[in-house]
Amino acid sequence: MATLTLSKLDKKYDGFHAVKGIDLDVADGEFVALVGPSGCGKSTTLRMIAGLEELTSGDIRIGDRIVNDLPPRERNISMVFQSYALYPHMTVAENMGFTLKIAGRGKAEIETAVAETARILDIEALLDRRPAQLSGGQRQRVAMGRAMVRHPDVFLFDEPLSNLDAKLRGQMRTEIKQLHARLGSTVVYVTHDQVEAMTLADRIVIMKDGVIEQAGSPDEVFNRPASRFVAGFIGSPPMNMAAATVRGGALELDGNVAAPLPGGFNVSEGQRVVLGLRPDDIYPEGHGLHREGGHAIEKRELTVSLSEPLGNETLLFIEFGGQTWTARMLNPRPVRGGETLTFNFDYSNAHLFDAETGGSLRS
Amino acid sequence: MDENSAARFQKRLSNWTLTSLLFAAMTIICLPGLWIVLNSFRPAVEIMAKPPIWIPQELSFEAYRNMFSGAGQGGVPVLQYFRNSAIIAVTSTVISLAIGMSGGYAFARYRFKGKGGWFLGLMLTRTVPGVALSLPLFFLYAQVGLIDTHAGMILAYTALNIPFTIWLIDGFFRQVPKDLAEAAQIDGCTRWQAFWRVEFPLARPGIASAGIFAFLTSWNEFALASQLTRSTDSKTLPVGLLDYTAEFTIDWRGMCALAVIMIIPALVLTYAVQKHLVSGLTSGATKG
Repeated sequence: MATLTLSKLDKKYDGFHAVKGIDLDVADGEFVALVGPSGCGKSTTLRMIAGLEELTSGDIRIGDRIVNDLPPRERNISMVFQSYALYPHMTVAENMGFTLKIAGRGKAEIETAVAETARILDIEALLDRRPAQLSGGQRQRVAMGRAMVRHPDVFLFDEPLSNLDAKLRGQMRTEIKQLHARLGSTVVYVTHDQVEAMTLADRIVIMKDGVIEQAGSPDEVFNRPASRFVAGFIGSPPMNMAAATVRGGALELDGNVAAPLPGGFNVSEGQRVVLGLRPDDIYPEGHGLHREGGHAIEKRELTVSLSEPLGNETLLFIEFGGQTWTARMLNPRPVRGGETLTFNFDYSNAHLFDAETGGSLRS
Repeated sequence: MDENSAARFQKRLSNWTLTSLLFAAMTIICLPGLWIVLNSFRPAVEIMAKPPIWIPQELSFEAYRNMFSGAGQGGVPVLQYFRNSAIIAVTSTVISLAIGMSGGYAFARYRFKGKGGWFLGLMLTRTVPGVALSLPLFFLYAQVGLIDTHAGMILAYTALNIPFTIWLIDGFFRQVPKDLAEAAQIDGCTRWQAFWRVEFPLARPGIASAGIFAFLTSWNEFALASQLTRSTDSKTLPVGLLDYTAEFTIDWRGMCALAVIMIIPALVLTYAVQKHLVSGLTSGATKG
């Protein structure tokens, strides 16, 4: 196990600046998730750490070694590919033992290591099969086994669950988390799925257009997003947002809707801002998440345009401030489109972002 | 008859029709080959008979006996021709495969300037018929002293085969996911090891097919060889067939016998290599 440090890491392709001088420290044993939309540079960053992509400038340090120009095999890393990349002409055991075989280890040692890893991953019964004879979930497990078998300094995961169906993805997510807890390894995990990032990672790094927008614990990025982008990216359904102007100590939203100015933000009179409120903070009376005492609750009569029942909760779509906002109704009762309800708007967890830069205005 | 049994009958009928059609097609394809084998055992009178005699009346190994019985007794230097053919075909195939693998891999994996143009250029060389090359090649070879040499024939066949091998092998390397070589490198391989241990085994069907094609082209080629070879030092088997033509006569039986001798190694090789032609080797590598 080892630490991983990226300093001023930069990658330019012909006419495209993929990664723009990012800095990141990953502690020994830490699980860091890189998230962001397609093309944000997260996979390029991972591939640079792996040595599959040359860096334009900057440094990558694994433990106390600078590995900038070392080929992948000298970095002591393992990687799980999105496509699994299992060797189709080898059995599962050969796939897992390949790295040790290349390293010149003895047959007995390889067999012991493969058997031990197979036991941990519960794939002992598959050892003699070829990848083509495995299901998606089994292939995924073998790919993880291949990465685990030689105890690397850093584990790299490149969207490893995105090819699985929803149920299996949830199951594998739990297993990866358990494995990490058990092995205590340093992990860099790339995903575009914020749920995966939130559930797995000790720290989430949100990237956009080649820069890090925010790096923080799941709690931090959810409750104190540094920018409008992060606020919109983390959380499902995404945070509701509407443009507003600060006027006379309150917010004036489009469509002449007034809202109270949430506390704890640096704003000036007449400033253009974006108000953000999570669906959890808007709920029909009596169906909310929060205890209502001591919160800045505002009641509004609004018409539901559409409802999406999910069983344990129902998402209600309402027109507010010129936008369609989502409200979350817990302990739901059937609600039809067109029905008018009293909604509680809890502004104590509201967010304000600069309309121009998108940065948080939190003081 | 109810609908189901009618449908079942229809299905059987169409299966049966298809099988008969296939049988007819295969007969037409195989007949010339069988005719050659048959003729090598029959006397000239029977071969030339009109109307044709379909069922052989007498069979003998005389043509084969004669063939190996030295000059003056109807013999041709078969072993010498065979040796020439083998040296030329095997060497040019090996070189074509080596270059085809490097070229195919480069086209499949790397981005470089003018890649499309290069590829098209290679393909365009295939549009020139071999015969059209014989005169220019003859002049060129005469100048540099390559006429009637193994080296000259090897060079010509290698040049003919390379565009095809590159094209075929490129297609197979394209089917091997790039991730596999990367995974191998992360698993500790050098670039070279990743190629030999992972990419090469997976592209083997393509390389084997390219090898068969290259070998058969060189083994069977006649037009160029008839111009560029002179003596028993370099004449190949197809050119050797001409030894059975005299000023006024053609020994059809002898020619057919030599043709059979020619076909056998090609058949054996194709049979030996075909087990490598298993397709779908890459299945299961990535998400299926």
